[in-house]
Amino acid sequence: MSAMTDPPTGAAALPDDVVSIADARGAEVAGQWRLMWWKFRQHKLAMASGIVVLLLYLVAIFAEFLAPVDPNAFNPRYTYAPPQDLRMSFVDESGDRHWGLHVNGYRSEIDRETFRRTFVLDDDDRIAVGFFVRSDPYLLAGFIPASVKLVGPKEAGQPFYVLGADRLGRDMLSRVIHGARVSLSIGLVGVFLSLFLGVVLGGISGYYGGWIDTVIQRLIEFIRSIPTIPLWMGLAAAIPLTLHPLMVYLIITAIVSLVGWTDLGREVRGRFLSIKDEDFVAAARLDGASEGRIILRHMTPSFLSHIIATVTLAIPTMILAETALSFLGIGLRPPVVSWGVLLQEAQNVRSVVTAPWLMWPGAAVVIAVLSFNFLGDGLRDAADPYAT
Amino acid sequence: MSQTVSAAPNIVPMRAPVDADTVLTVRHLKTEFTLRTGVLKAVDDVSFDLRRGKTLCIVGESGSGKSVTARSILRIVPEPGKMTGGEVILHRPDGDVRIHELDPRSSAIRAIRGADISMIFQEPMSSLSPVHTIGFQIEESLILHTDLDKSARRKRIIELLERVEIPDPEQTIDRYPFEYSGGMRQRAMIAMALACNPKVLIADEPTTALDVTTQAEILDLIQELQDEFGMAVMFITHDMGVVAEIADEVAVMHQGRHVESGSVEDIFHAPREDYTKMLIGSAVRLEQPSPIKLRMQAEREKQPEGQPILSVRAMNKVFGATGTVFGRKGQGVHAVRDVSIDLMQGETLGIVGESGSGKTTLGRCLMRMHEPTSGEVLYRGRDGEVDVMSLDRRSLKDLYADMRMIFQDPYASLNPRMTVQQIIAEPLRNRQGHGNAAAIRDRVADLLVRVGLKPEHMERYPHAFSGGQRQRIGIARALAPNPKIIVADEATSALDVSLRSQILDLLLEFQEQLDLSFIFISHDISTVRYFCDRVAVMYRGEIVELGAARAVCDTPSHAYTKALLSAVPRPDPTQRGIHKRHRYVASASDERASQ
Repeated sequence: MSAMTDPPTGAAALPDDVVSIADARGAEVAGQWRLMWWKFRQHKLAMASGIVVLLLYLVAIFAEFLAPVDPNAFNPRYTYAPPQDLRMSFVDESGDRHWGLHVNGYRSEIDRETFRRTFVLDDDDRIAVGFFVRSDPYLLAGFIPASVKLVGPKEAGQPFYVLGADRLGRDMLSRVIHGARVSLSIGLVGVFLSLFLGVVLGGISGYYGGWIDTVIQRLIEFIRSIPTIPLWMGLAAAIPLTLHPLMVYLIITAIVSLVGWTDLGREVRGRFLSIKDEDFVAAARLDGASEGRIILRHMTPSFLSHIIATVTLAIPTMILAETALSFLGIGLRPPVVSWGVLLQEAQNVRSVVTAPWLMWPGAAVVIAVLSFNFLGDGLRDAADPYAT
Repeated sequence: MSQTVSAAPNIVPMRAPVDADTVLTVRHLKTEFTLRTGVLKAVDDVSFDLRRGKTLCIVGESGSGKSVTARSILRIVPEPGKMTGGEVILHRPDGDVRIHELDPRSSAIRAIRGADISMIFQEPMSSLSPVHTIGFQIEESLILHTDLDKSARRKRIIELLERVEIPDPEQTIDRYPFEYSGGMRQRAMIAMALACNPKVLIADEPTTALDVTTQAEILDLIQELQDEFGMAVMFITHDMGVVAEIADEVAVMHQGRHVESGSVEDIFHAPREDYTKMLIGSAVRLEQPSPIKLRMQAEREKQPEGQPILSVRAMNKVFGATGTVFGRKGQGVHAVRDVSIDLMQGETLGIVGESGSGKTTLGRCLMRMHEPTSGEVLYRGRDGEVDVMSLDRRSLKDLYADMRMIFQDPYASLNPRMTVQQIIAEPLRNRQGHGNAAAIRDRVADLLVRVGLKPEHMERYPHAFSGGQRQRIGIARALAPNPKIIVADEATSALDVSLRSQILDLLLEFQEQLDLSFIFISHDISTVRYFCDRVAVMYRGEIVELGAARAVCDTPSHAYTKALLSAVPRPDPTQRGIHKRHRYVASASDERASQ
């Protein structure tokens, strides 16, 4: 190890070739975030998942622009319409190929025996599809007035169901896109609430120790022993029905996080316990640093990265909780659009058999949860760049 | 011919005829680690022979590749390391085994590990499994390599434990490692290594984690066993004293390369290479008081003795003696017992003792990092006398500007997430506030220059520095608020011997310039002799002897001090004598007191 050579003792004179600090941009001057980034970059799967997560949130933010139609617009003519394929070209009767993005329209057939109406795609009926088509005015992300959609039928009012339609003829694609907004954001509220509780209570528990640690740890054990689903069901029943469904869900998330902070609390306590006896913390105390400064300036940076990783791993749990609760009918309720609410439609076997495209929100959940988990794993591996 | 070892391939032909005593031949061994930043040549062209009944010491500083050499022989190099060249040949009566050609996972190499070649590791705590009994762990190699039945194996294990001088082997065989002391664990490791009568014993720093008296016992034991069984020993160490004590031959390694080898007398008395000379020089230098120290002592004698700057009276510290929830009152550990010492202005007081003697606790109690159970500490500072024990949090901060600490571990004591500037500025900032950033910056730059680093290093993070450089940063931090007293807790123990005297010299320079007083806590007698004016010897929480450093180190009066000093190996092969050492047996009253 060539770095082992020490400079001579005593007051060495300043060398002539003083390197300016701005030039030294190597590992020597790299702080923990840069080291973490270098390590994270090597984790290919986590990098890819990070990009997917980013895209999911972009979709959630620009849902109105990306969704071809309003998620609540229903059309009784097209109930349970199957997905249309987007096509680039078609061949006409004379055998010539025509280019142009289009979907095929529907032709309905009535089953003579059951009198059930089924849709068949009509190859002759072509609906031209274009980018940046005009639409009814809407507010992008809730405050930017706009009237352009990314993609849609060139002629307004034509059927356009790339992922099919549900029992009221609403467009699944638009609903999944809008569902992302609620599903991906409402979990965050719960996560940040648990984060706050976990860091404060876990930090007190780990830093001060003694009887207060005992009290908090026993509290955590008590909370963790409460069966959650009956608790949620009871609470959902107790919330007044007059509240807006989104408000109801916010209350439920808050209750979920009152249980959910315990994991994070233990994590933070463990970090405090292991760091508080480190020599550098003792050194900070001998440097005359106040308790607040020791915690915030000296200790917190050591486990901040771990907490970020833990939070990233907690978000998918919240997404799954939302999906599960909504699926059971005790979370969000229509008219709110979330992935869990959408999956309620796929609750009975009959509709799944006749309209399997109702499962698409489930795929969205799987993608989101997996991406968050891979991202969280990558962050956790990179979280301590000083561990050998 | 005592010297068949050489690094130069043209001197020793690839297949030199080996004499009958040679049991293991290593030629041109190369082991490389492929890292993200490139290829690290951990072992680069190392050759030596191990001979029956002889001890080869591989000596070198940290990072010299000595442990990797040992692991390469057994083919247990950790990932991503790989043996890339050279030959390792084991000479057995039934023919040679070319170890370098074996697959590291093959049954052939497994048949050699533990049977023909066995290894003892440095850390007796972590190399034994905590959930299995000692007997079970020794039995494992007997099951693998012999066909003894169960009762024969047990008999053999008891024999082995008896042989390594573990008391009551019939009972201790069924005990768990946590019931053993550090020295006993290392004995158990040796018993395990010897279970199958190996021809080669590789000992990788087996005594580094042990106290000197325990080290002396283990060295004795290895020597006796070698005389009895005639195995070849490859002993890896960084301690020149140990080398002088036990080696027949020595191989010096530096940065993966084989620097020099020869008989122990040649290496110590006629070293050829500069690196070897430097290693021996650093070790021998610490055998004498530092010239700077002698000069300072001569100065001080001319001046009248003043009042002590720090007085400790009747200090006691008992750990864990509080009542529990269930009302049972714990006995507690009496870590510091009735200690009274004075520290004079400009003086260095050494506190020596083995692990568990309470020296670190004493240092921490002085600083009120631990609250002493009873006792009095009086500090005579710039503004008169201060009763340290009665200070509240706020005034303790002022005391911490005058009394500073240097920590043992240069890695753990610097926050990896702060730049060098932030670390050194921390005590200044906490006292002066954040206003005068430019003045603080200048002060940090000045301190860095004074400890031998460069001002432009201040933007770097600690991971950019070596152990010795980090310790300099720690010293700069201690000096930042112009202290009067520095408590140095094993400040040089984690450093290589060549850096040790450099750091001590640096501290002496500062002592001379700034009239600092030091409390120097160490387990290492030679650094104390080099650095201290007076020495207090601690044993089980008590000071058993206190006097001038030379008097205590050269003519100790207390029986424990004698035992401690005679167990220290000297870096001179002509002065071997730890097997003739004094042994201190605690009297019955001591035993009772320590309960």
